[in-house]
Amino acid sequence: MLKMDEIQKRLLREIADLHEVPEGAYNIRSNSQSIGRRSSANIEIVSKTDVSGMDIHIKPGTKRESVHIPVVLTQSGLKEVVYNDFHIGEDCDVVIVAGCGIDNCGNQDSQHDGIHRFWVGKNSKVKYVEKHYGSGEGKGKRILNPGTEVYMDEGSSMEMEMVQIKGVDDTERTTVAELAAGARLVVRERLMTHEDQRAISTYSVNLNGAGATADIVSRSVARDRSFQKFDAKIAGNAPCQGHTECDSIIMDQGRILAVPGLEANHVDAALVHEAAIGKIAGEQLIKLMTLGLTEAEAEEQIINGFLQ
Amino acid sequence: MLELKNISFQVPAGGADREIVRNVSLTIPDRKLVVVTGPNGGGKSTLAKLIAGIEKPTEGRVFFQGEDITDLSITDRARRGIAFAFQQPVRFKGIRVLDLIRIAAGTSLSAADACVYLSAVGLCARDYVDREVNASLSGGELKRIEIATVLARKAGLSVFDEPEAGIDLWSFRNLIEVFERMREEIRDSSILIISHQERILNIADEIIVLKDGAVQKQGSREEVYPELIGDAVSGTMRECEGRTRALGMEAGDRC
Repeated sequence: MLKMDEIQKRLLREIADLHEVPEGAYNIRSNSQSIGRRSSANIEIVSKTDVSGMDIHIKPGTKRESVHIPVVLTQSGLKEVVYNDFHIGEDCDVVIVAGCGIDNCGNQDSQHDGIHRFWVGKNSKVKYVEKHYGSGEGKGKRILNPGTEVYMDEGSSMEMEMVQIKGVDDTERTTVAELAAGARLVVRERLMTHEDQRAISTYSVNLNGAGATADIVSRSVARDRSFQKFDAKIAGNAPCQGHTECDSIIMDQGRILAVPGLEANHVDAALVHEAAIGKIAGEQLIKLMTLGLTEAEAEEQIINGFLQ
Repeated sequence: MLELKNISFQVPAGGADREIVRNVSLTIPDRKLVVVTGPNGGGKSTLAKLIAGIEKPTEGRVFFQGEDITDLSITDRARRGIAFAFQQPVRFKGIRVLDLIRIAAGTSLSAADACVYLSAVGLCARDYVDREVNASLSGGELKRIEIATVLARKAGLSVFDEPEAGIDLWSFRNLIEVFERMREEIRDSSILIISHQERILNIADEIIVLKDGAVQKQGSREEVYPELIGDAVSGTMRECEGRTRALGMEAGDRC
């Protein structure tokens, strides 16, 4: 493994499931420095010269390859904005694993704003996984503001899995997607907030070509005094299909605002939204208690399942 | 063995208390399959909930294996060996059938072991074990999974609240077989089924008739069942006669 302390290793395990150097191309960024990088024959990672960040070039026809670009922050008070651009050629089939873990044991706020842009070539297939995690006992906040822009060419597909379960105090996530004909975007967002945390997630998806489809589903849990806002807008500008769903559990004094938005600009745009917010159903707790779980254990099972 | 002693249960209704269960005393002995039957609204499901601890009696005591469990929680009663199958099973987003059976069994069963319980209730286990217990399952499928979770508990007392409700005819036949098998395998345990179904009454060792919240009859199947059938027939005849009169029909006309 690269030279890292235990905290950095733990963060990497949490956000990218990495126990060792990943296979394929990777860049590991720690406290604003690249501490390890490898390009592969088909995937080239190049540092940007004007701003902090990288250009990742994936050659046309690259199949069954992966890129890992995790970020860890362990220095209290560090604030950074990073721009990573993915240029994915035609007919690729790749997995991209990003994610950021912050451990802040100091009193100053730590912040990472990762701006990821994707140009997905014709008929390419991308799976993108982004996990956020925070830890540390300090009073300084752990702040993550990810920005994601996706430009999808004809017939391409992208599946995005966004997970933030623990320890991030403040987050403003913005996702913008433009889909050409036959492109397919699937987003699965899982979010849990605790204490006084705040998480805002905004989507703006434009279905511009015939046969484009988008399916955006958020499952979230707001506990303690935390606040979440889910604002998902899909615009149908062609014969297309769009679906957005916000399914949330609130606990304690948690608050959630769901703002599903649909804009049909074409008569053959079929758009659906669903939003449901509520506490855990009493009968679910009772059922699990009749199986021998305590109320707290039942609650944990229900939430774990819900956020699976 | 379960014993209910002078159990009453009241709920507030329009300023006054309404008594759902009235001074019920009964025993569910070990190695017996007991069926509680009676008209709708007679307090049967409430009685089942009082046993599982979902409701607490306003008066009376509940004893299980000799211990007074009246003040124990649902969880504590479950841990002492009381299992409960809901009349209307609960759905869970994200919890798989396998997860639920594992929780019921209290161990991390292998998928193959969990499948045994699903097969026992007539589900093709491989198709179900990884499915979520959510709205994608039909009422009949959920009901069978509910029964599988109770089987997995291997409980001292298994309580089934109207297991036949919402189940199709084919599944019902299968369900009877499940109970017959449970009856055969009964050792130091007992089974309590709330049911209206003749075929379930037919496999009972004992039958309890609950009406207006009180025990109306209690005894062996041989004693109670013929009376029940007689009552049902005469009840239908009375109803028929009344309707005949109301319609001005001649007695003997079909109604």
